[in-house]
Amino acid sequence: MASINVENVGKIYTGGVRAVSGIELDIADGEFIVLVGPSGCGKSTLLRMIAGLESISEGEVKIGPRVVNNVEPADRDIAMVFQNYALYPHMTVKQNLEYGLKNRKTPREEIDTRVAEAARMLEIGQYLERKPKALSGGQRQRVAMGRAIVRKPAVFLFDEPLSNLDAKLRVSMRGEIKRLQRRLGTTSIYVTHDQLEAMTLADRLVVLNGGKIEQVGAPLEVYHAPASTFVASFIGSPAMNLVKAELHGDRLAIGPAMIDLKGFAPTSGAVTVGMRAEDLRLVEAGDNALPFRLEYAEELGSQRLVHGTVGDQSVTAAVSPETPLTPEMSFTIDPRRLHFFDKETGKRLAGGIPAEARLAPVEPVI
Amino acid sequence: MQTKRTVFHSRILPYFLLAPQLIITLIFFVWPAAQAIWQSFLRQDPFGLKDTFVWFANYKRLIGDPDYLNSLIVTLTFSVGVTVLSMGLSLLFAVCVNRVIRSQRFYTTLLVWPYAVAPAASGLLWWFMFNPSIGIIPYILHFLGYDWNYRVNAGDAMVLVIIAAAWKQVSYNFLFFVAGLQSVPHSLTEAAAIDGAGPVKRFWTIIFPLLSPTTFFLAVINITYAMFDTFPIIDATTEGGPSQSTNVLVYKVYADGFVGLNLGPSAAQSVILMLIVVALTIVQFRWIERKVQY
Repeated sequence: MASINVENVGKIYTGGVRAVSGIELDIADGEFIVLVGPSGCGKSTLLRMIAGLESISEGEVKIGPRVVNNVEPADRDIAMVFQNYALYPHMTVKQNLEYGLKNRKTPREEIDTRVAEAARMLEIGQYLERKPKALSGGQRQRVAMGRAIVRKPAVFLFDEPLSNLDAKLRVSMRGEIKRLQRRLGTTSIYVTHDQLEAMTLADRLVVLNGGKIEQVGAPLEVYHAPASTFVASFIGSPAMNLVKAELHGDRLAIGPAMIDLKGFAPTSGAVTVGMRAEDLRLVEAGDNALPFRLEYAEELGSQRLVHGTVGDQSVTAAVSPETPLTPEMSFTIDPRRLHFFDKETGKRLAGGIPAEARLAPVEPVI
Repeated sequence: MQTKRTVFHSRILPYFLLAPQLIITLIFFVWPAAQAIWQSFLRQDPFGLKDTFVWFANYKRLIGDPDYLNSLIVTLTFSVGVTVLSMGLSLLFAVCVNRVIRSQRFYTTLLVWPYAVAPAASGLLWWFMFNPSIGIIPYILHFLGYDWNYRVNAGDAMVLVIIAAAWKQVSYNFLFFVAGLQSVPHSLTEAAAIDGAGPVKRFWTIIFPLLSPTTFFLAVINITYAMFDTFPIIDATTEGGPSQSTNVLVYKVYADGFVGLNLGPSAAQSVILMLIVVALTIVQFRWIERKVQY
């Protein structure tokens, strides 16, 4: 059990390539943190710096009260689950689980109890004598988790552990990881590029882009109040619609359409406006409606995603599966559910209904 | 694996295309081998005028011949020495190069060069360096209080031929070990590092076991090399001496047959050697092709 403090950490590779810069992150004891971002955003580098597999070029990493910058990975009291599982192919499952304990000169009885306990928890008891290549992907994943658990470390580090599994197994393993972490209460850092995995697992999300933190927050906070257009487009599926618009007093011009903001205009001039697909409501054509030209629809069963254009900008809306599809449709949106971003920097200006306010029913104003 | 199939419309063309290889194999391989087998059953009179068919007499004599038994032991010592020395050194070099990040290619190229040197030339090279009268190494050893002379000391002679033979093989082994090391996933050593294994322990418990297919393959190749491919090195350095101490099987075949002109027993020896080659080849195909499993 330990908290982790990451203070102003940066990574510069030999040759001067900067992978990560100015990372500030305080992780509480027992928290499940997910680092999420597109490939090359520095999330794995950050994780590997915390693990001690990469040197820390700038700043300080603390695990518990101890600065670990110059501490060997073995002495950081961490365990890591790798993307390709990194099981030792020439050892049986049991030997894989025991390896870390044996290296630490744990007494034999202690090793046996811990291995038995982990095997029971992960239901891998019947595979203990097999070699990794005789296991399926999901079983290997469990063994990799088991190897982390038996050590009883202060911190679990996960480097995209589910990306080699098929979609169905991924969902069930995701649940299992979450359950296990809750049960053990071990501080965990989890790296993924899958925003859905990030949303479902995290106590707090850390969205990274270009080696910098874009936003830190609980999944719903990030979802409902993205700090930038990058976060808005990265978190949530379908991605938030981002359109160029202009504020004229209390009216918002999106392409050919005008929407009355009813006093919610945060600024004036050109802005980027974000609209979640599910916040768009189908209406009759008229005032305050966005004329939508349908291009194609995607059926998700529970809902129907319609893709098309408003003016010359593409927009996606989620409608109920019964909605008839016509070439021309009209949508409107509650002005409070609009997200306003700076046109140049992409930083959030205002808008959106905060997560906590969403718990109370919101009366539509239109 | 995808195989490309070529369809020949003429029935003769495929045989015609295979002919050069087949002819070479027949003339330089099958025919001499058959001759050797035939010869091994014959005894020739001292003037080479008359052959007598003597069945297995040549083989029987070999088994009872202390010189031949000595040669077997010498060959065994020599092969094991060459294999262990060349593989040990090349593994050490491969591990070192694998740790170097910059100029890895440069080191690799340098370490591969000795393989291009002809065995006789490398034998000569070592002969010069170890020559008791003009060599640099005996000169240095003299200051360290060791009187080196491979011409009188059997141990010195053996050390000399082992070093000379192993030196050339280091390059070959090195290439395979480097490739083997690079195919061990990086995440395994990282996982082991987190699991609390130091660099030495990581090497012996993770990397070395994963290298076992390469190691086994090289062991067979090196034994084969040491037993059959080292004639020029022996010939250029010790010529089997002093007093038979470096007279390995291949060299003895030559010495008995072409120097001693005792063709029957020499042919019998070469047939035995052929059988050893066959055995080693079977080992290689049976076990190595199936790979060492882990």
